Amino acid sequence: MSAAILEKGRIASNEPHHIVCEGNEAAALAVAMARPDMVSVYPITPQSSLVEHLAKLVADGRMDAEIVDAEGEHSVLSVLQGAALAGGRTFTATCGPGLAFMFEPYFRTSGMRLPIVMALVTRDGITPQSVWGGHQDAMTVREVGWVQMYCESVQEVLDTTIMAFRIAEHHDVMLPVNICLDGNYLSYGAARVTLPEQADVDAFLGEKDVNWHAALDPLRPMAVDPLTGGAGGKGPATFVRYRKGQCRGMQNALRVIADVHAEYGERFGRRFAPLVEEYRMDDAEFALMTLGSMSGAAKDAVDEARDAGKRVGIVKIKTFSPFPVEAVVAALRRIKALGVVDRSVGFRWNCGPMFQETLGALYRLGRQIPAASFIGGLAGADITVEHFHRVIEQTEALLRGAAPSEPIWINEND
Amino acid sequence: MSTHRAHPMFDPAKAGVPDDLCPIATEINPMLPGDWRSMRPVVEREKCVKCAVCWLYCPVQCVVERPAWFDIDLRTCKGCGICATECPQRAIEMVKETAG
Repeated sequence: MSAAILEKGRIASNEPHHIVCEGNEAAALAVAMARPDMVSVYPITPQSSLVEHLAKLVADGRMDAEIVDAEGEHSVLSVLQGAALAGGRTFTATCGPGLAFMFEPYFRTSGMRLPIVMALVTRDGITPQSVWGGHQDAMTVREVGWVQMYCESVQEVLDTTIMAFRIAEHHDVMLPVNICLDGNYLSYGAARVTLPEQADVDAFLGEKDVNWHAALDPLRPMAVDPLTGGAGGKGPATFVRYRKGQCRGMQNALRVIADVHAEYGERFGRRFAPLVEEYRMDDAEFALMTLGSMSGAAKDAVDEARDAGKRVGIVKIKTFSPFPVEAVVAALRRIKALGVVDRSVGFRWNCGPMFQETLGALYRLGRQIPAASFIGGLAGADITVEHFHRVIEQTEALLRGAAPSEPIWINEND
Repeated sequence: MSTHRAHPMFDPAKAGVPDDLCPIATEINPMLPGDWRSMRPVVEREKCVKCAVCWLYCPVQCVVERPAWFDIDLRTCKGCGICATECPQRAIEMVKETAG
């Protein structure tokens, strides 16, 4: 555990406080600063050290939260549902197979509009057996009604985790939030991070108010999550009304995510693109699209390509769910070719999932843009600056030739 | 069913809670098994020796004790027939519910 942070009696100062830590530790520190009432966890690679940091924070008396070591992820999230309904601020973290085991309460959490925050330390899908990073787990659950934000750096993990509580608990949103941090690259990647002051985080998050809409509270008797739909009771209209409400919450989240990022930037001086980051897109002729930690290498490659005279930029997605259609369309409105780099596979369309979703956004743009799907970084594979130079070349070639009908597998020969 | 409540039921409209967030119910809307049962247990009083095996096995606890025999609360009986199967005296017979 890094030295001074969250120590009892540490004197607040106006000096910026820096430490070097891994993404998993940054997430744990951010959670401690958000002062949750209950954390429930089950360790799984590459999330385990995040859980260990949380356990130590509680054991050392730096975090005043109940920590529940449940017998599995299904119970982890079920425990938190009860805590949230009782009015608690809640957090958990998981990945890959743990997320799969959590699926039943995972779906129910968004339907019950419980603002539970979860770090998803992304891991590739098994089998083939692996314990390494990839976005397959997060992509698999992109239609379950959780807000999902992907981070690029360790600093962004820390800041986004704090923001996640504000976004989730916003009365216009009331949805669970995943902070997606790349397994291996962000979970274990150590970097310098600037820590906010506890008092500033307290002021930013304000008073928690998480069970104003549904509660386990003897003073406000109600039945939570009763039977809806079907032929009994009030019929299909009830079910439809709540489903529409979830969709409304997701659309509201687009606005709230932008507002919360703007306020965070003002208060703490660190600004992150909330939905979509446009990197060197001003006069770009063609663009790459990236997600998560790969964006750093992509930016280096684009800088070098720019030096070599290529008019290329990057559209980096931060918020993948809800999909920021308008922001994506605005970012792509002037380009003539697009290369989308996914860290996961879309089995049904034989391309990357983000590529497929972007094609949907391009339909709104009303213009055909030659586009290619690149799939790389599976099971912890590195997408290097050299790989991105190949991606840039192959995307530039779309300006002259036809787009490939199949995905291009980046690490095929590594 | 008891209507006693220490506190009034939550009123989402009064609390300003939109009606499309977490599904909640604030009025009792019982759908008792007796409304959809297809078979009904009938106890032959002469055969019943009050051994309470039916009472012990009933999964919904709808067996009620009378002074001279055990009977069934048909509001909550779902007609599963476990009591009839388990009764050592063969005192319970499952009969079809009549239509309507």
